[in-house]
Amino acid sequence: MTLRPTLTAAVSGLAIFCTVAVAQADVLFWSTQARPVEEAQAMREKVLSGAPATVDYQPNEDGPWLTRLQAEFQAGSGSIGVLGSLHGNFSGIDPDNLVDLDDLGVASNSATFNNLAKLGTGHLQYVPWMQATYIMAANKEALQYLPDGADIDALSYDQLIAWTANVHEAAGEPKFGFPAGPKGLKHRFFQGYLYPSYTNGVVRTFASDAAVTAWEKFRELWAHTNPASTNFSFMQEQLLSGDAWIVFDHTSRLAQAFNERPDDFVAFPAPAGPTGRGFMPVLAGIAIPKTAPDMEGAKELVKYMLTPETQIATLRATSFFPVVDVDMPDDLPPAVQAAGAAVAKMSGSADANPGLLPAGLGDKGGDFNRVFVDSFERIVLAGQDIRMVLDDQKGRLSEIMEETGAPCWAPDAPSDGACPVE
Amino acid sequence: MNARILPYVLILPVTLFLGVFFLYPFVLVAQQAFSTGDGFTLDNFRDVVSYWKFPISLKNTLLLAALVVPLQLALSLLMATMVSRMHRGRDMVLYIWTIPLGISDLAAGIIWLAIFEQSGFLNSMMSGLGVIDRPMNLLSYQHPGIVFLAIALAEIWRATAIMLVILVAGIGLIPKEYYEAAEVFGASRWKQFLRITLPMLRPSLQTALILRVVLAFEVFAVVAALGGTLFPVLMGEIYSYQFDLQNNGAAAALALIVLAISIFFTLIILRVLRVPKGASI
Repeated sequence: MTLRPTLTAAVSGLAIFCTVAVAQADVLFWSTQARPVEEAQAMREKVLSGAPATVDYQPNEDGPWLTRLQAEFQAGSGSIGVLGSLHGNFSGIDPDNLVDLDDLGVASNSATFNNLAKLGTGHLQYVPWMQATYIMAANKEALQYLPDGADIDALSYDQLIAWTANVHEAAGEPKFGFPAGPKGLKHRFFQGYLYPSYTNGVVRTFASDAAVTAWEKFRELWAHTNPASTNFSFMQEQLLSGDAWIVFDHTSRLAQAFNERPDDFVAFPAPAGPTGRGFMPVLAGIAIPKTAPDMEGAKELVKYMLTPETQIATLRATSFFPVVDVDMPDDLPPAVQAAGAAVAKMSGSADANPGLLPAGLGDKGGDFNRVFVDSFERIVLAGQDIRMVLDDQKGRLSEIMEETGAPCWAPDAPSDGACPVE
Repeated sequence: MNARILPYVLILPVTLFLGVFFLYPFVLVAQQAFSTGDGFTLDNFRDVVSYWKFPISLKNTLLLAALVVPLQLALSLLMATMVSRMHRGRDMVLYIWTIPLGISDLAAGIIWLAIFEQSGFLNSMMSGLGVIDRPMNLLSYQHPGIVFLAIALAEIWRATAIMLVILVAGIGLIPKEYYEAAEVFGASRWKQFLRITLPMLRPSLQTALILRVVLAFEVFAVVAALGGTLFPVLMGEIYSYQFDLQNNGAAAALALIVLAISIFFTLIILRVLRVPKGASI
């Protein structure tokens, strides 16, 4: 009678032991990217299936991602093998906790990216992994309302405003869509698009007269923006539902719309202002934490992620573009083709004014974003006086810059020491 | 086992659990709130309180609690008295009324979002009935009142059942003899409710109110789903300090402020609804 429970216990104990043993052999890929279920599954099945070791790909929200990582750092031992995240997340981590990756012999084809990946040290702290940017997209319905003489591939902000006004009038409701929801990437629009296009800077020019003009223009645009935008996070949803006809968002947050109905939408470059066509390349990287249990396995995985074949597979899975030289195949998904063409036009335009993601802010990246989000909420949603809000927020911004000592990044003019707010 | 030791042995696991998972983290959070790396400081509290959104989120949280809790109290009292008078089908009705209890906050928020959003049920229904020509943006910054109402409705729908369960149990404890005596003297139903049910229900009311008020200060997921960034509340600010800004100290300070508010209101409820010693059943 007592034999059976004992046996069951022994067998289940053995089973648990075996699963633990198997789990330990996997390299845990702890990532903030490719989070949507389809993308995560594509990462597992299409990208990581050919990896040198079995990989346990686990995408997470930023918060849990960082919390577990920091817990492992504090404990001095961990189970995470490889980290995948955006430049901004890595810049919040103490470089001492990451393994130097110079001797792997892999890097991106962009010197700017490789330099960013050093996180202010002399060594590669993460390897650039994939890149993306933000573009505009429109429902083809809206094209008939383009203002006279406007070229969709070389719009100015004034033309965009005129266009959204025409659409507003024709459709009877505002149809510009802006990702101003809690998970929307609105701050990147201000930092990488509006400010560079109007002030040729982000930090130095934060409270300049040109910045006041920029916010005035944005208010004009907002008059033709779907007021539900404060709930919008991924603009592909509003494109597909028809709640918005002209939108701005991250390429990977527009992909679903292009993949589902490729004939209904067009992708085009961001508009230009008086100081050029501001845009912001987004960089994701892979790093190895000091606490990785299987260092060799992790390094092999990093090398594997940078091979041209894997980079193309990653592109298919996530709509993020390669960072190494690859021959693009012809059969890419519609989203990739549409976004790729728009990105190429944007970065290749004569007035291109690329602005980098904020760098050197350490764990103050969130505070930095909040300065811009707060300005937006106060100026645009609460209707407060632009000059007053900018002068007020300016103090907070310069505190952050002084605390972190972060030097200016493009398009701001270089600085000695902390980037000043002028 | 020795009858004198037994009670202590029985509460030992819970005590340990509370110690490890409540008291210990609480001490850590308190430490975080009062330090920024170089000793004791109130900087975190200053930072949090001086942020321009703090008064707004405090006001929103209190307003929401002030609207939602009394309505829930009235509703749950009504529902509890109705249920307690039922002879058949009582369990079935109770099961149905408590379904929202089994649904997570966020899911509840999303359910109500599906009703209120631009292409949601409410809009489809109204345009189907010909009330409106085109879908309206109900949850937008232009209609803060509707956003507030939607959040309040979702909260009432989601969390009234917690009070209901406690009150139904409380009503069940009131001896039938009181009502029989009242019938003999010809007291109306309303009088019975005022003179017997309400006073006898005091301990349950106390529990239900404290639980609900404390939960009202912790409202978060429903607000995030329905209001996005339009309706800042204290809990949402804590989340954004912790995860968007990675500022543990400020998040901890704000958490302590919420704790202080909760304790303050708990004390008020305890005092107002106090049950004199020996008067409880």
